[in-house]
Amino acid sequence: MTTASAATATSPTPLSRSRDDYRLIGGAGERAQTAGLVNAQWYQCAVPRAELKALMKRDDAHALRDTALWYGLILGCGALFVHGWTAGWNGWALALAYLAYATLYSSPADSRWHECSHGTAFKTRWMNDALYQLASFQLTRRPTRWRWSHARHHTDTLVTGRDPEFNVMLPPDLPALLLNFFALKNVPHELWVTLRHATGHISAEEKTFIPEMAWPSAVRTARAWVLAYVLIAGTAVVTQSWLPVLLLGAQPSMAGAWLMHTLGLTQHVGLPENVLDHRLNSRTILMGPVLRFLYWNMNYHVEHHMFPLVPYHALPKLHALMKHDCPPPYTSTPQALAEILPAIWRQRRDTGFSIARPLPPRP
Amino acid sequence: MNDWIDVCPFDDIDDEDVMRFDHAGKTYAVYRCGDQVYATDGLCTHEKIHLADGLVMDHVIECPKHNGRFNIRDGRALGAPVCVNLRTWPARVHEGRVQIQLEAVGLHG
Repeated sequence: MTTASAATATSPTPLSRSRDDYRLIGGAGERAQTAGLVNAQWYQCAVPRAELKALMKRDDAHALRDTALWYGLILGCGALFVHGWTAGWNGWALALAYLAYATLYSSPADSRWHECSHGTAFKTRWMNDALYQLASFQLTRRPTRWRWSHARHHTDTLVTGRDPEFNVMLPPDLPALLLNFFALKNVPHELWVTLRHATGHISAEEKTFIPEMAWPSAVRTARAWVLAYVLIAGTAVVTQSWLPVLLLGAQPSMAGAWLMHTLGLTQHVGLPENVLDHRLNSRTILMGPVLRFLYWNMNYHVEHHMFPLVPYHALPKLHALMKHDCPPPYTSTPQALAEILPAIWRQRRDTGFSIARPLPPRP
Repeated sequence: MNDWIDVCPFDDIDDEDVMRFDHAGKTYAVYRCGDQVYATDGLCTHEKIHLADGLVMDHVIECPKHNGRFNIRDGRALGAPVCVNLRTWPARVHEGRVQIQLEAVGLHG
């Protein structure tokens, strides 16, 4: 038995669009529904069921090893930075130590958050949940809101007016893109909305994808975060030191976001919206072992979207099984960025433009 | 007593696996865990995805699209992103064949 299905793509909107089209209320969502793009059947490569089942098998060992290594690196770089801070290192050395710490604290948390939101990183459920909460805090990304928005992202990937996780809406907001290399828009926004959630207010747009039963969880987590920030600030005041603020919470989230932001751009940006084929709207990029460790193999993004039950550590094997039915993978991150950045530039004036990925001929 | 409906030979479903079964215009998921068989509605209560493409682990079916999980013995939704329980149906192995009873009211859900 193999998995195989075909889907047809229909565009619900004129190719050119405005940012209003991306609104979940009053955007292009209704037209997408009419065009059959909502909760639709997506193309799946034929992978024998037995092999897919073997790849979907969970274990704790891979993620325990990788998580121990990740937190070990964070602690090591954190200790180096604290040593430099107390020893009075010069500005550049201290800045480099802090950048290494913040990058490890923040950017790999994105892929940990992601894998644990799917529940595929560990076999043991509470381990997924625990790392999900920790990674969410390290990213300053509200765990309840983003768990549900990510489910919608997988249902309606890059469907205009339905997907709440567009990395770049058209026409691109270049200042925001640049600011978010250090999460200067995202993190303050998340903190502001956390305060709103802590007072019990969840927006109408969020209510379109967060079910009512999950609202109390959003409020509880927001209040826990407020308490955590009070503790961080309180410790800084009591110890008369900036170190607690530099080491925990929003500050390292922002300082270390550049790598996450760069890798995040490679997932879908520049590719067409409103197609029911992940081979056309997602990228698979071949990366070296260091980036794949930091990114937990999310560079195999076509494979992940097509078969989200497959854990991160099995994605290279899945890639080998389905690559004959996919566009050729990008051979490096710079190669992908060399295509993405000019596309973003062009989309400032031509919102109908997108990059067409070459599909192999049907057998 | 309602009639039992024949699904397939017992050996057609691997251990810890699930098979899709369509009958009278509806779709069901039939599971095997060891010597036991179970049956539920075939579509996830979250986004109507076929559960037969999912993963069975320790009496839990995981939806292939969003990883929502249900206990296949009683249909309980086990957490986000699924909130609504899955309807279950009586299932048995009779003379080497899997059978389910659909006319009866679902056990749960």
